[in-house]
Amino acid sequence: MLNKIYDWIDERLDVTPIWRDIADHEVPEHVNPAHHFSAFVYCFGGLTFFVVVIQILSGMFLTMYYVPDIENAWESVRYLQTEVAHGQIVRGMHHWGASVVIVMIFLHTLRVFFQGAYKKPRELNWVVGVLLFFVILGLGFTGYLLPWDNKAFFATQVGLEIAESVPFIGTEIKTLLAGDPTIVGAQTLTRFFAIHVFFLPAVLFGLLAAHFIMIRRQGISGPL
Amino acid sequence: MQKGKGMKFVGDSRIKVGPKQTIPKDYSEYPGRTEPFWPNFLLKEWLVGAVFLIGFLCLVAAHPSPLEIKADPNTSGYIPLPDWYFLFLYELLKYEFAAAEYVVIGTIGIPGLAFGALLLAPFLDSKPGRRPTQRPIAVILMLLAVVSVFWLTYESASAVNWEERAEYSVSNMTEVEVDKDHAGYEVYANNCMSCHGDSLQGVPGMAPDLVDLPYDAAAIKDIAQNGIGEMPADMFTGSDEELNQLADFIMTASGGEAAEGEGEGSDSEDSSEGEDSAE
Ligand code: HEM
Repeated sequence: MLNKIYDWIDERLDVTPIWRDIADHEVPEHVNPAHHFSAFVYCFGGLTFFVVVIQILSGMFLTMYYVPDIENAWESVRYLQTEVAHGQIVRGMHHWGASVVIVMIFLHTLRVFFQGAYKKPRELNWVVGVLLFFVILGLGFTGYLLPWDNKAFFATQVGLEIAESVPFIGTEIKTLLAGDPTIVGAQTLTRFFAIHVFFLPAVLFGLLAAHFIMIRRQGISGPL
Repeated sequence: MQKGKGMKFVGDSRIKVGPKQTIPKDYSEYPGRTEPFWPNFLLKEWLVGAVFLIGFLCLVAAHPSPLEIKADPNTSGYIPLPDWYFLFLYELLKYEFAAAEYVVIGTIGIPGLAFGALLLAPFLDSKPGRRPTQRPIAVILMLLAVVSVFWLTYESASAVNWEERAEYSVSNMTEVEVDKDHAGYEVYANNCMSCHGDSLQGVPGMAPDLVDLPYDAAAIKDIAQNGIGEMPADMFTGSDEELNQLADFIMTASGGEAAEGEGEGSDSEDSSEGEDSAE
């Protein structure tokens, strides 16, 4: 049945080459932990991606309950965590995922760095990787405010002061992020929400696509 | 199309007709036991992913994510704390050379240099040799950076008073259902709420909760008028009638000693009145 449907679509759209292009490649011995256990270091990039997927999925479910305004944000998080079936798990996955993704991206960066895998021809992929790192940090910073609890509020206040200390354009950056040059309040929460769920994920997807296309074109770096 | 199962896209410019190599270059550069990604290797990756997911879910199940009390800009004495992976940047600002009038060095200067160098690493370290021994400067700088990040994070985290912070956590907050129609609620709101919270739950750094108190009604009245510990005297101002209502409200709402004996909430007013006349 499934095969028939697949054939029907394939006959019209010729989709086979599209996925074959992704699927058909050899995994060299030196990156395969089944042959050399130490090759587990090559898993960190994939695990980072895995946690990113967890973040996207759990985040999508969080927005089914989360209310991005200062009256209700905290109550909605508390409600999700205490009243909603499995709400605690969903928020827990997103909360811990945010930390685990940092750990994984750190390990992945170290693997690439100490193997010198960023050298020609992979310079651009390294640059894209560091930009991904910044985006992930940005997601962590903006996400921290969203539960609108005391630690969120005060940490964001400090974070915005740091943004303000940028020479010349500090106040502008702060206003852009917070919606106001001095107040951390309703506008700030709304902006952080928008940045956290729309702006940064959009950049993240673009960068991830670039990262993976480059890996596929260049292949993994050879053994040392 | 060679790979597809069906028709050719004749005259269609989107996909070239003719033999098209979809299989990328083979890995003869790395001779050895290569393995097809699909499906062999993917099946093993899937297993690693499953094990990772189980470990991750154990973490999630074992540690419910924290939530502190709702943001209150007026909380006095609250020490801001970012998420742990920002602690090293935060700690940097505590050094004299990166604080006060030099704060730009701590907020932009040092992090900017470090992350800028990270971004441009392939261009700063551009010789072809990939082995760590062939590029000692890059490797040493990275090791120094990693050690500093660990050190700063450790320093910052060990200076935090985690027990004090736990006071702000919702899970340590006492849950009370207050009866807002109780005669004493209004009295509570006017006299005590600003320090003990809108539902007797207490305010961290300010005053404790008023739940499961080891006092009887008379002692509560005494505390309201004369204070106790850090609580000053004369916090309650009002008539004796109101004082009785207040004590009864606190006893019933908080499930103190008297509440058990007295049974139902607000119609126990007479009994506390009786107590008062006995005094
Ligand atoms: C969301 C973040 C990221 C994801 C999901 C990701 C994913 C991946 C994956 C799956 C690979 C294949 C090899 C492997 O798994 O080790 C890879 C390779 C690579 N990554 Fe990342 N990465 C991320 C961030 C970064 C960062 C922060 C850097 C550098 C600072 C970076 C630089 C590279 C480079 C240069 C390669 C090619 C390595 C080689 O050919 O040996 N990536 N990435």
